[in-house]
Amino acid sequence: MNFTPNLRGAGAVFSRNLLVWRRLFWPALVMNFGEPALYLLGLGLGLGHFIGEMDGVSYLAFLASGILASSAMNTASFEGMYSVYTRMGPQKTYDAMLATPLRVQDIVFGEMLWCAAKAAFSAVGIFIVALALGLITSPSALWVVPAAILIGLAFAGPAIMMSAIARNYDFFNYYVVLLLTPMLLVSGVFYPVDSLPAGLRPWLDLLPLTHAVELMRGLMLEDVALLRPWSNIAVLSLYVFFGFYVATWLVRRRLLE
Amino acid sequence: MSHCFGRSTTTDSTPAVLARGLCKTFKHKTLGETVAVDRLDLCVPRGVCFGLLGPNGAGKTTTLRMLLGTMPPSSGSLEILGLTMPGDECLVRAKLGIVPQADNLDPDLSVIQNLRVYASFFGLPHQNLDAHLDQLLAFANLTDRREHQVESLSGGMKRRLTLARALINAPELVVLDEPTTGLDPQARHTLWSRLEELKAQGTTLLLTTHYMDEAERLCDELVVMDHGRVLDQGSPQALIARHVEPWVIEIRHAAAVAQHYACLDGVGKLEQHGSSLFLYTHDRHHALTRIEALAPTLVAPPILLQRPAGLEDVFLRLTGRDLREGA
Repeated sequence: MNFTPNLRGAGAVFSRNLLVWRRLFWPALVMNFGEPALYLLGLGLGLGHFIGEMDGVSYLAFLASGILASSAMNTASFEGMYSVYTRMGPQKTYDAMLATPLRVQDIVFGEMLWCAAKAAFSAVGIFIVALALGLITSPSALWVVPAAILIGLAFAGPAIMMSAIARNYDFFNYYVVLLLTPMLLVSGVFYPVDSLPAGLRPWLDLLPLTHAVELMRGLMLEDVALLRPWSNIAVLSLYVFFGFYVATWLVRRRLLE
Repeated sequence: MSHCFGRSTTTDSTPAVLARGLCKTFKHKTLGETVAVDRLDLCVPRGVCFGLLGPNGAGKTTTLRMLLGTMPPSSGSLEILGLTMPGDECLVRAKLGIVPQADNLDPDLSVIQNLRVYASFFGLPHQNLDAHLDQLLAFANLTDRREHQVESLSGGMKRRLTLARALINAPELVVLDEPTTGLDPQARHTLWSRLEELKAQGTTLLLTTHYMDEAERLCDELVVMDHGRVLDQGSPQALIARHVEPWVIEIRHAAAVAQHYACLDGVGKLEQHGSSLFLYTHDRHHALTRIEALAPTLVAPPILLQRPAGLEDVFLRLTGRDLREGA
């Protein structure tokens, strides 16, 4: 079975989403940027007042780098679930696409690129807030943008897999409550992973968000070293490839049988 | 206008559709294995309007989905426009226009954006695209709706936009799944005239329908199918001549007193549909005389309707007349 996507086809799918998104820019801005910015300011300034420093940096900076990663995860995941499901099911957008030379792998790849673009959009928003708060001191922090794209791609595949097996929107509650939220709480967004029991560490290293947070924190903050950037990139890339193939297989099974 | 959509001069001699022994079976959790399409043979020549008729659940939509490559056949061979399916489905779909049963226009986009985005899925060059899209809008009678959102269109307009969208790649074969279901009479006539225009330009049309007047009016050739098999194939006139007597006399509300009319059996074929009796006959004058002769024995005078036999009668005779449930 052929899984190689056609870049022109995936680009057409991406452009279609971009065209729609331009109409829905303001609500998207509130969702993808406003919400994480509120978390950052509320928790960072509020809790930060009591916590002071964490892992050698101000709590605000620590949290900002974590939220950069988690908001990329959330943005890509929600786009890959609710929006992709809407296009696959009720709106029949994919049925219309499959009446053209586009194939399932082109659609899935285009959607993953789009999820990644939205993740980057959200990351840029947080980045601007962090910049305004004086948390970013080095131009190398701009690497967070390609990192956000990689994180977006890594979370897009699993989210599209969920869409492919979902029978209704409520199904996504399982993925959000049983996987995304626990991951958000143990992957080092709000406190260092080191503070968790040592026995958990190898398991946490399987989670994409652990690597996303490590990568973002090291790239954004001068005072935090990048300990194992290539491992971070490798694990996230595995999720990208695994997600793409399984998502393509599942969407094909749903739409073409 | 004639040069923009159709491919009136095709030198290719392969048929538009050639299916041999096409089968599709489904596995159900409760029903076990069901056969949707059963050893179907189909040959659609180029340049004609070809109809696929059958009751609900006859396997029409499944057949179409296999033709479009969105459902793999369980067995059998299939060639579209000389290309093998599945396998060449990308090449095939580049030459195909599809008007699906349920509208799947992009509700997030305007009329013109729907066309432009669809063109991008085919990878059509941007050069001269706007002029081409304007022609399609004019063809669909939607020029003044160019910037409107799809949601604001009427059912007939949406259908016409779907047809215009299906023509964006100047297809050699246009496949329409129940193109006028749910439309009002005016919208149906408008759509029919567009389809006739396309046919005149040499585009092959393949359509499914429940409407016998639609099939009789548009189709040069058609097959009647049921239970996944072809029951018969021919032109509407040939099918009528082959399967039913030329005249039908309907006796309204006579089903309850059918025994009074039993003696008419020798004049033609007497059948019951719903609350009426239908007498299919070669000699309607003789039949009418006989019915009038019966009148004094009846409680109420019979209400009679006479008409030439049509495709609907063929359809009912071939597919039986039990009520279909579901699909």
